[in-house]
Amino acid sequence: MSDTFAFDAATEERARTILKRYPEGRSQSAVIPLLDLAQRQAGGWLPVHVIEYVASYLDMPKIRVLEVATFYSMFNLEPVGKNFVQLCRTTPCWLRGSDDLRAVAKNVTGCGLGETSADGLFTVVEVECLGACCNAPMVQINDDYYEDLTAENFKDVLEALKRGEDPKTGSQTGRTGSEPEDGLTTLTAEGA
Amino acid sequence: MPTVTIDGNEIEVPAGVTVLQACEMAGVEIPRFCYHERLSVAGNCRMCLVEVSPGPPKPAASCALPVADGMEIKTDTEMVQKARNGVMEFLLINHPLDCPICDQGGECDLQDQAMAYGRDGSRFHEHKRAVKDKHMGPLVKTIMTRCIHCTRCVRFATEIAGVPELGLLGRGEHAEITTYLEKSLDSELSANVIDLCPVGALTSKPYAFVSRPWELTKTESVDVLDAVGAAIRVDSRQTEVLRVLPRLNEDVNEEWLADKSRYACDGLSRQRLDRPYVRKDGKLQPANWDEAFSAIAAKVKSTSGDRIAAIAGDLCDAESMFALKQLMGALGSSNIDCRQDGAKLDAGARGTYLMNSTIAGLENADAVLLVGTNPRWEAPLVNTRLRKAWLQGNARIAVVGPQVDLTYPSEYLGAGPDTLQQIVDGSHEFASVLKDAERPVVIVGMGALARADGAAVLAAAAKLVESCNLIRDDWNGFNVLHTAASRVGGLDLGFVPGEGGRDTAAILEGAASGDLDVIYLLGADEIDMSKLGDAFVVYQGHHGDAGAHRADVILPGAAYTEKNGTYVNTEGRVQIARQAVQPPGDAREDWAIIRALSDAVGGGLDHVTLGDVRAAMSAANPVFDRVDEIVAAEWSGVGEGGAMDNAPFESPISNYYMTDPISRASETMAECTREFVNADGERTGTDG
Repeated sequence: MSDTFAFDAATEERARTILKRYPEGRSQSAVIPLLDLAQRQAGGWLPVHVIEYVASYLDMPKIRVLEVATFYSMFNLEPVGKNFVQLCRTTPCWLRGSDDLRAVAKNVTGCGLGETSADGLFTVVEVECLGACCNAPMVQINDDYYEDLTAENFKDVLEALKRGEDPKTGSQTGRTGSEPEDGLTTLTAEGA
Repeated sequence: MPTVTIDGNEIEVPAGVTVLQACEMAGVEIPRFCYHERLSVAGNCRMCLVEVSPGPPKPAASCALPVADGMEIKTDTEMVQKARNGVMEFLLINHPLDCPICDQGGECDLQDQAMAYGRDGSRFHEHKRAVKDKHMGPLVKTIMTRCIHCTRCVRFATEIAGVPELGLLGRGEHAEITTYLEKSLDSELSANVIDLCPVGALTSKPYAFVSRPWELTKTESVDVLDAVGAAIRVDSRQTEVLRVLPRLNEDVNEEWLADKSRYACDGLSRQRLDRPYVRKDGKLQPANWDEAFSAIAAKVKSTSGDRIAAIAGDLCDAESMFALKQLMGALGSSNIDCRQDGAKLDAGARGTYLMNSTIAGLENADAVLLVGTNPRWEAPLVNTRLRKAWLQGNARIAVVGPQVDLTYPSEYLGAGPDTLQQIVDGSHEFASVLKDAERPVVIVGMGALARADGAAVLAAAAKLVESCNLIRDDWNGFNVLHTAASRVGGLDLGFVPGEGGRDTAAILEGAASGDLDVIYLLGADEIDMSKLGDAFVVYQGHHGDAGAHRADVILPGAAYTEKNGTYVNTEGRVQIARQAVQPPGDAREDWAIIRALSDAVGGGLDHVTLGDVRAAMSAANPVFDRVDEIVAAEWSGVGEGGAMDNAPFESPISNYYMTDPISRASETMAECTREFVNADGERTGTDG
């Protein structure tokens, strides 16, 4: 792992755009979006030298940036796999079978909670509510939600990812968004 | 001014104060952990809850709530008591309650407030969390499980010390205070976080498990390890000084204390001179007072006065310097000097050698020029005032001299006299900054004055008084920053060469060439002893440092914690240091030694008590009557000093942690030197 880090051209441009949102002398406000950009470029996590790069980029004390990076669970301070699987374990998902999903994840990826697979493809963690309770149980993998999961379709998703494919995101049972599971019950009449 | 009702009593308070401050003004005590009047408001401990109406029907954190006219504040209702009860119960959930083995015990805010506001038990039956201890350097010991996350230490490091290295990592139950990557807290003020910590999470490493607060004798005194004269409390047990803590003095140190002043005290019990010595056959042999005095008398009586000289060191009290000056006068010598570093300061007009803006006054400065000084090491508590000036008003601070990290932004103008000359003749842009400033400040350090062309540098700086209008009706912006606690007192007493007398450099020269036969060193250790030639050297002092090694007779004196002495700080404030413990062994108070020696050599001193010395001192210079006062000092200008040479100014201090015999004898200071000063240097075989 190299200890030098700098934003690449595309990220640099994004960073400049973000910085423009804040008045002169208030560039520290951009620390969260910039840490996110840095994390994306650095492979899903924030090594110390990347945190220090963001600190010097924003002219902030290093400890202030580290405070932010440790406060938010969205920033990873340890290396993660290519697919970062966040299992929701809060009550609605739990009632709807998130425990089964955990077992599936363990079976397919070999990862228990907080572990990264030896091939570097998966990291599995448990998180609190991600706000998609209508479609419980659900998981977030990298930037995408996978909803209405069952042991079977979650296994399919993970295996597709393992093969390097790009499985369909959103509801895995075919409904749009969080429409009722058994089809529309209101506003069904044409022209009504 | 808003009028508020506090527990039924109406009181008028200044606009903009918080409810907590208003309650304090009304004499109502509000418990708190995170709130500290010198730090920003965090509002995270919730201990200061009170009931306020109009407002939501729930307790409000008084530290973060500004008062409004007509507010009714209740601090003793059932709601408030219950709220405090609950907060205390939460704070104690993860607190280990290991008071019997905690160094904070007996002086712990959490302990006291748990007694006053807590419940008698806890309803929490789960496991408490444990937190790994953090490394914060050689002074601050951490037991992080005890931390209640008030963040006072974080705010102190960021705001006052100006070293943003402390932070609160993680969140909720996983929050932990740490330095960045557990590096040592690199500040000369680091140990103040120990005082700020309301629990036993940050305690004193050198003092760990040494004593309980109620076993200590507490003596209020002043610090002498720099020229600031910080107010201190010396905590001692029997014959030993166990620790030194800051005392409140708004005009000098506020409530802070620099690390050297706080932790060099272990040097007070090492390397001490506890009996007289006389050199016989080339070796120093233990002696008694009579032998020592008669050895001196034999030499002095056969020497004419103009072949005798005296140099006073940096830690001398005014009384002993005064007595020595009288003795030297009686012996017919005018070769006396209190400027062992060779600073070219004149004992004439007081305004030319004082910090005239006063230490507290520096806060109001809006343009500052530092000439040949590194205040961060020479006077850390002056540096905090300059930092405050920058924080409060964005003062422009410029440096001519050593380029160092001062903990606030400064403009580097140049290294030496060249740049100073440009400012003096107005060709430098900063000259107009000083001229246009409302409260301009020029601080001249010993790095600029303690050199061969020091008089010229002082003369150049003094020209700024005229050209930049530094002295105005309500403001005096000419400042000299001293590094020695004894210096201003010595100058006030005129402990400088009399008519035809020799100064430090000439004394050394005379000793080397054989023109001087007897050299009296009153705690003077910072001169080049190899230049003393074959002279007969009397060393009076408390530590076996450079002077004692060279001496022919050693007279064991008392350190600053062992005598009552007068010191004058860099702003000209006369302060009294008080005796906390007895000097070790045969050592005696310094003025008394000189008084006794006077009898042996026929010096004719007739003081019987310390009071007599002080009365005579006040008669000689009435300023010594004005204890703890600032007397506006007259300004006379300093004349021409010749030409400045071009060598860059260098700070006289190359290692903050070791500047005098006491700190050089201190193990803690040696540890700090290893950690901070020689951190990058190569380790020698003798290192741990």
